[in-house]
Amino acid sequence: MTSMNMVQALNSALDVMLERDANVLVFGEDVGFFGGVFRVTEGLQQRHGEQRVFDAPIAEGGQIAVAIGMGAYGLRPVVECQFADYIYPAFDQLVSAAARLRYRSAGEFNAPLTVRSPYGGGIFGGQTHSQSPEGLFTHVCGLKTIIPSNPYDAKGLLISAIEDDDPVLFFEPKRLYTGPFGGHHDRPLETWAKHPAGEVPAGYYTVPLGQASITRSGGDLTILAYGTMVHVALTAAAETGVDAEVIDLRTLWPLDTDAIIASVGKTGRCLIIHEATRTGGYGAELSALVQERCFYHLEAPIERVAGWDTPYPCEFEWDYFPGPLRVGDAIRRLMAA
Amino acid sequence: MKRDSSLHLHIPHARFRPGDTADFSYLSLPRAGQSPCPPSDAQASATRDLADGLVRVIGDDGGAVGPWDPKLDPGLALKGLRAMLLTRIFDDRMFKAQRQGKTPFYLKCTGEEAVAVAQALALRPDDMCFPTYRQQGLLIARDWPILDMMCQIYLNPKDRLKGRQLPVLYSARQAGFFSLAGNLGTQFPQAVGWAMASAYKRDTKIAAAWIGEGASAEGDFHQAMVFAAVYRAPVILNLVNNQWAISSSQGVAGGEEASFASRAVGFGFPGIRVDGNDFLAVYAVTRWAAERARNNHGPTLIELFTYRAGAHSTSDDPGRYRPGDEYQHWPLGDPIERFKAHLIRIGAWDEARHQALVAEIETQVDAANREAQGLGVHSNGPHHDPATMFEDIYKEMPQHLKEQRAEMQRLRVLAGRAPS
Repeated sequence: MTSMNMVQALNSALDVMLERDANVLVFGEDVGFFGGVFRVTEGLQQRHGEQRVFDAPIAEGGQIAVAIGMGAYGLRPVVECQFADYIYPAFDQLVSAAARLRYRSAGEFNAPLTVRSPYGGGIFGGQTHSQSPEGLFTHVCGLKTIIPSNPYDAKGLLISAIEDDDPVLFFEPKRLYTGPFGGHHDRPLETWAKHPAGEVPAGYYTVPLGQASITRSGGDLTILAYGTMVHVALTAAAETGVDAEVIDLRTLWPLDTDAIIASVGKTGRCLIIHEATRTGGYGAELSALVQERCFYHLEAPIERVAGWDTPYPCEFEWDYFPGPLRVGDAIRRLMAA
Repeated sequence: MKRDSSLHLHIPHARFRPGDTADFSYLSLPRAGQSPCPPSDAQASATRDLADGLVRVIGDDGGAVGPWDPKLDPGLALKGLRAMLLTRIFDDRMFKAQRQGKTPFYLKCTGEEAVAVAQALALRPDDMCFPTYRQQGLLIARDWPILDMMCQIYLNPKDRLKGRQLPVLYSARQAGFFSLAGNLGTQFPQAVGWAMASAYKRDTKIAAAWIGEGASAEGDFHQAMVFAAVYRAPVILNLVNNQWAISSSQGVAGGEEASFASRAVGFGFPGIRVDGNDFLAVYAVTRWAAERARNNHGPTLIELFTYRAGAHSTSDDPGRYRPGDEYQHWPLGDPIERFKAHLIRIGAWDEARHQALVAEIETQVDAANREAQGLGVHSNGPHHDPATMFEDIYKEMPQHLKEQRAEMQRLRVLAGRAPS
């Protein structure tokens, strides 16, 4: 085991897969010589050569289209979309092509590509470097969507994504790259060095898709979270003193419905939290699921805490970000019901 | 310079609309044999005149002339003629089947048969094609069974695509024919990716992609051009300019002020405009581009200048947006008639053999059609089991899809549409 932050863990996953499988290629804006603006591909071109790790033109639609063609040939391309906010030019290629290729060709062709993309807020990136667009993709059948919350999961999930024969969107909460973040922006930065999930095997391992992780066990309330919000949930649970169970979904699709049903069946209360805007967000799907499957166990209405339904405002980041204040408030309201 | 007192917006117009008499004399059409043929490793700048010109080989008298004459082997020529005829007769038969309600949709390539057929023959059989829906001639020229195509059109139980796709949106991996997209243009940059993969694997296969002049306005076209140029991908990018995108003339797609082929020169690779109704010219230009790609000199953009003789599809009436007889005025003629005249002129063919071949193909198409219809048609089945709609969304079917499938089946049984 080695201590790694999330950037190093992701780098290690790419390194391991480039080493193991000659069909794996890595490309995107600035990922080659420079090693990526967040350093996730640092050193990979030097180690694996420019045929396998290279810079791509700034055209996300082109990058993902090219990856689909490579996938049809038999490669396993990994594309870095520099910010999730930049993925929209590729929407048609993801929705109409990548997600449908297996279906429309009745299995003759598939698109085993992985799209990595730094995601979410907390870095004063304003509305073009902070978005959480996962709900646009979880709505599309044929895609898989992953959002890790720590270095260990990030590496194991990324390896699973690359080995997966379906197209995978892999959103990396960039606020978690260098350390866990419980939502108090005014407190000293933490690092992964002392966190158990910062202990990462140097070699190959996988974390399977479709398995949630119970990050904190509890009996009174279930909090469903992913990405940065897992750490916010832990902070809020500690600050309210409520015996909350925090479930880190890890993969939004495929979704571990059994883990959710079991937990809410036990606690009878459910809080769903995400950074993405609230209306029509992934939390709405989770809420519907809990209502349909756990209705007779519920002792309080299901609550959602999410980003406000506004663009992500630069200066007002900490009024926008659904931090421990809002999550704690919802916990107290749920427990009072 | 003319000066205006205020701005005005330019809206391109089709030259001719219903009621007009089409007159294409404004087109500058060089005579056959006049275009130079540079070496296939030429720089983009050496093709500037070719991009604005028109490569033609078959002259008005039916002879093949000039440096682009591919000196086609007679056996291959007759294979090409046969594939073009089969494509046309197949199209006519399937069009009628749509009018009879046996398929919800059909789309012909009448007048454009030389594009796909000559290009298929200029490629190697395992080169990968990323076509549009108007290159059915690729499958036919590659000897793909027309029965298989008909079963897809009729959406019957032998449709390999399980009744999911709009008729004519084929997929035939074994024939090097990529799954057709209804979202026009998406295949263009995907072909570049396939070609990049082939180059990365030090393979010998190249890719070829097709797009219509209308869809070439999509970002996909421009991204394909950038990526193909940047990585010198072994790909042939074909733009079929058949003058019409449903009712919009090629001017609306950007063809008013410049040829489509000339775009390539700006991207740094060759662009060549070719008479798309001249079988030999299409073959020669494609072979040139294939040789260039296979020798690591990178992509070529070929503009195939042709005319969509029929409707866009069975869903539109061209009489509403263009003169009914516009095709009769098209100066580049009919690709099959021109190639036939050429073969007769060089003594490789005659009218009697031609009529016999047409009759043989009609018999072949009718026999396949009877067999396909016997296997099922759209209007009265049989079809695939609807439960198959839940397959192939992911490699393995997730639980929620199994549940949805069971729910649908339960209701089908309740409604008496499935046995209990």
